[in-house]
Amino acid sequence: MLIHLVARRTLGALLLVVLAASTASAQFDFAGSFAPVGTEDVQNDSVPVDYLGLALTDEARARALSYDESQKSMIERQCAGWGAAYLVLGPFGLRVTSQTDPVTNRVVSYTIGAWEDWNEMVIWMDDRPRPSDHALHTQAGFTVGRWEGGALVARTTHVKAGFIRKTGVPLTDQATIDWRIFRHGDLVTVLMVATDPVYLVEPEIVSKSFRLSRTPLDFRAGCVTGYEGREPGDSVPHFAPDRNPFADEFVKLYHLPREAVLGYLETLYPEYRKKIKDSYVPPPPCTESCGAAGNFVIKR
Amino acid sequence: MIFHRDPKRVALLWVLFGAVVSAQGGGASTSARDRAPIDLTGYWVSYVTENWRYRMVTPAKGEYRRIPASRAALPLINAWDPAADERAGNQCRSYGAGNIMSVPGRLHITWQDAGTLKIEADAGTQTRLLHFAPGAATASPGPRTWQGESTATWEPASGGGSLRVVTSNLRAGYLRKNGVPYGERATVTEHFDVAPLEGDGRLLLVTTIVEDPEYLTGPYVVSPHFKKERDGSKWDPAPCSSTW
Repeated sequence: MLIHLVARRTLGALLLVVLAASTASAQFDFAGSFAPVGTEDVQNDSVPVDYLGLALTDEARARALSYDESQKSMIERQCAGWGAAYLVLGPFGLRVTSQTDPVTNRVVSYTIGAWEDWNEMVIWMDDRPRPSDHALHTQAGFTVGRWEGGALVARTTHVKAGFIRKTGVPLTDQATIDWRIFRHGDLVTVLMVATDPVYLVEPEIVSKSFRLSRTPLDFRAGCVTGYEGREPGDSVPHFAPDRNPFADEFVKLYHLPREAVLGYLETLYPEYRKKIKDSYVPPPPCTESCGAAGNFVIKR
Repeated sequence: MIFHRDPKRVALLWVLFGAVVSAQGGGASTSARDRAPIDLTGYWVSYVTENWRYRMVTPAKGEYRRIPASRAALPLINAWDPAADERAGNQCRSYGAGNIMSVPGRLHITWQDAGTLKIEADAGTQTRLLHFAPGAATASPGPRTWQGESTATWEPASGGGSLRVVTSNLRAGYLRKNGVPYGERATVTEHFDVAPLEGDGRLLLVTTIVEDPEYLTGPYVVSPHFKKERDGSKWDPAPCSSTW
């Protein structure tokens, strides 16, 4: 009898080990606070016209060039916030909580906490169906996720028409955003692949890393509107696309090719380097109005 | 004995034992190539949507934005002299393991043998060897090189996984073309992950962490990515250049 008992328990223990070994690295703990690492240039919002690293359609370029950042001084636009893509394009960290089913204890969703100008994002993990195409589109959109190959994989749809850069580069409400979130030790890397049939010639791919924080991250209070000199009924600030006064600012500042600053597809591939090799002249070292790291800073 | 009386249970125990060993990535008889949870082989092209200004063109001398450069690095950054590098045969300084994956170009990844993954870069005609055998890369470190000595480990997960590579024994190099340095004591840790793209496309993401006690105040993390190409028809080797 004793031998029977030992054998049964051995079998049971082995089964548990097999199950644990086969699933141990399938998921990671995504709940927690992760601070942005910030050593990669993904924001591209230091000047009004910087579309480096984008593959835009002509229509998108025209719309972007017509954008005037003064629009944000209009009271009805001050707190419009930014869309889902701002998760990797914005300056903030990730404050992630998980919500579990009280009966099964399974994770129903992860919520990435809001920032001052970004709404919280819920990643549904319970296989719920997507709403109708005609359902409400929001800044955060509707996101469903699953675990795959050790990564948290998610897709966002139902986004509100908005922007993929804070500098006015547009994104339609037909856009989809695929996310793949990897964790290697304390480092979480979020990969974004944004597809837009109207404004992007090829998907915009951006990855951003965050490091696990021992202390909860700070968060900013929600946006509050205030008078910034625009009266109700005033016209919406804008430029004619071919008369944007900032169109060549970045080009001149860093001696950059105009087609690269304006987001042409060919500038994203190595062949383009060979094309401009003989014509490109690096800018001289910064000697005045310089940033802390020797970069040029425009003082307005 | 129960095991003698019940051969079915004995068989089940052996199956379970085998499953445990297999699930934990063991199996001394299988090679790294056989155990690969993801396929990295083939031709890959840089898709430069991040750090464009620091990768596609040579930044201005003295600029090191986004790099946590230490005080010790600043004199070197401001003294960058590409002509002197060229004369001294150091034109490959920005093509070392600390930066090579960020240099726009194409990668050709193949298995050199069952335990060594080879990454060739057409930019600078560099070759990296990633050794899976424990200790193979550091057993008898030779002279320092641009690509150093790399030890690779698979990190399998259900339905996929990742490749982790740690590189040291590096020759001092640049994190950017304009002379932002890393020193000989630098360590480069990389995580290779793959993701599907629309259609039958594939994306390779290389999260790269450079740590250097001499010239960095903290880890320098970048994550360049590559698109899979059907073949090597666009492979275009070019020698190192200290200015471009």
